[in-house]
Amino acid sequence: MADIYDLLVVGGGPGGLAAGIYGSRSRLKTAVIEKARPGGQAATTEELANYPGFFDGSTGPGLMEKFRAHAEFFGTEILRGNIVEMDLSGAVKKLVAKDGTEYLAHAVVLAPGAEPRSLNIPGERRLRGKGVSYCATCDADFFEDLDVVVVGNGDAAIEEAEYLTKFAENVTIIVIHEEGVLDCNKASAERAFKNPKLHFVWNSVLEEIVGDELVELVRVRNIRTNEITELETNGVFFFVGTVPRTDFLKGHVALNEQGYIITNEMMETDVPGVYAVGDARVKYLRQVVTAAADGAVAAVAAEKYLAEMEAFREQVLEADKPVLLLFWAPQVEESISAIGALEAAVADNENVQIAKMDTYRNRKIAGRYQVKACPTLLLFRNGEEVGRLEGVFTTEQVSELLK
Amino acid sequence: MIAVDKENFEAEVLQAEGLVFVDFWSPKCEPCMALLPEVEAFAEKNAGRAKFCKLDAAANKRLSIAQKVMGLPAFVFYKNGEKVFTFDKESIDMPAVQAKLDELA
Repeated sequence: MADIYDLLVVGGGPGGLAAGIYGSRSRLKTAVIEKARPGGQAATTEELANYPGFFDGSTGPGLMEKFRAHAEFFGTEILRGNIVEMDLSGAVKKLVAKDGTEYLAHAVVLAPGAEPRSLNIPGERRLRGKGVSYCATCDADFFEDLDVVVVGNGDAAIEEAEYLTKFAENVTIIVIHEEGVLDCNKASAERAFKNPKLHFVWNSVLEEIVGDELVELVRVRNIRTNEITELETNGVFFFVGTVPRTDFLKGHVALNEQGYIITNEMMETDVPGVYAVGDARVKYLRQVVTAAADGAVAAVAAEKYLAEMEAFREQVLEADKPVLLLFWAPQVEESISAIGALEAAVADNENVQIAKMDTYRNRKIAGRYQVKACPTLLLFRNGEEVGRLEGVFTTEQVSELLK
Repeated sequence: MIAVDKENFEAEVLQAEGLVFVDFWSPKCEPCMALLPEVEAFAEKNAGRAKFCKLDAAANKRLSIAQKVMGLPAFVFYKNGEKVFTFDKESIDMPAVQAKLDELA
């Protein structure tokens, strides 16, 4: 049988690698499964301007290489695999890669990330790799001394357009907004307006990409006048947002209408022991810094979950005697006195064991057994609940329960 | 794999008889670097069935553009010097590449 990991992270972008760092540092047996090279989208983004502490000369690939080295330094295994199938429902989660390899883990962090959105305009698909591109670092070299068009005006679009000016002769940005309005941050916009190689076509959208074997020209439509102009160009770069890579998760964890994974503040999905981080989850800001933060939160939440599950398994489910499990809390007075009543009831009884759990620190298990009152006492035989007392109880009631 | 460039592309690929596979890559292309181990394993496994070449497209831009490749990574099959099939970034999938080789070889 394959080794069982404590924490298995699906996806090696900044969110997944941060989860790896936190997981392995807390001595969890941790692996990150990545289908390509670690680093995610950040590794294909040359310009990286706002990851705190990395501002002078840092690049996306450079920072991601540091993330990877950091995760491996603490013991994270980086595995190569493309997860296509899974069973997340049990206590041990199973993930299956495209080549059939199976991975087992007690907790899973999903970090599949997102990929560039395509607009599916005429010519876009046919001319991919023939002038149409979604990755400036991959393809910028081809356009040295040539002209390119950029579609989009968010942070990624403007920053990548800026990068393209290091290669291309002219970079023309097609902007849907009125003159002077860009969706990107102000600093990038100001810098872009000063760059003599950057040109803007306002109030416009791309209608069509034309070319026989390579991109030759684009048709641009002014959305105010509906006038169409032709623009000769050698390349078209799209930076019009991203879509989550979550198709393979459909039916396994809850997704929203756009396909983003739904989590709470602890990065928990709707499946116990399964977490999600980074660009693929529903969130306000998709950046390297927020992905990394998600990873930290998920790994710590997973660690607590694993500790809770392990204690419960050892003390209750796998006990060889009947177990009286008391849910209590130090801040609830009646639950503290319940400990006394419980201990008195089993003082001379060697055939029963006592286990105690703080209701508020073990919410997963309290939830699983629908514990609502504090204190609550559950009786387990062979790992199954066979009786319970809710609220304050007496020694006699415990003796009665044991019969 | 044979490293080809503007000096030997004509002889190794366009004048070659039979099937030639060319991996268009560049050191700056992360997806290309990610694929490299798989491509090398693919070439090794199918040794003798085709000639396996790799071309640093960034260092040989004009040659790449002349071959109608302006996006990386790209895998191109040539047969008797004629381009017969191209896999681009979106369509590259090693089982599909293997199937194409089996079909063409």
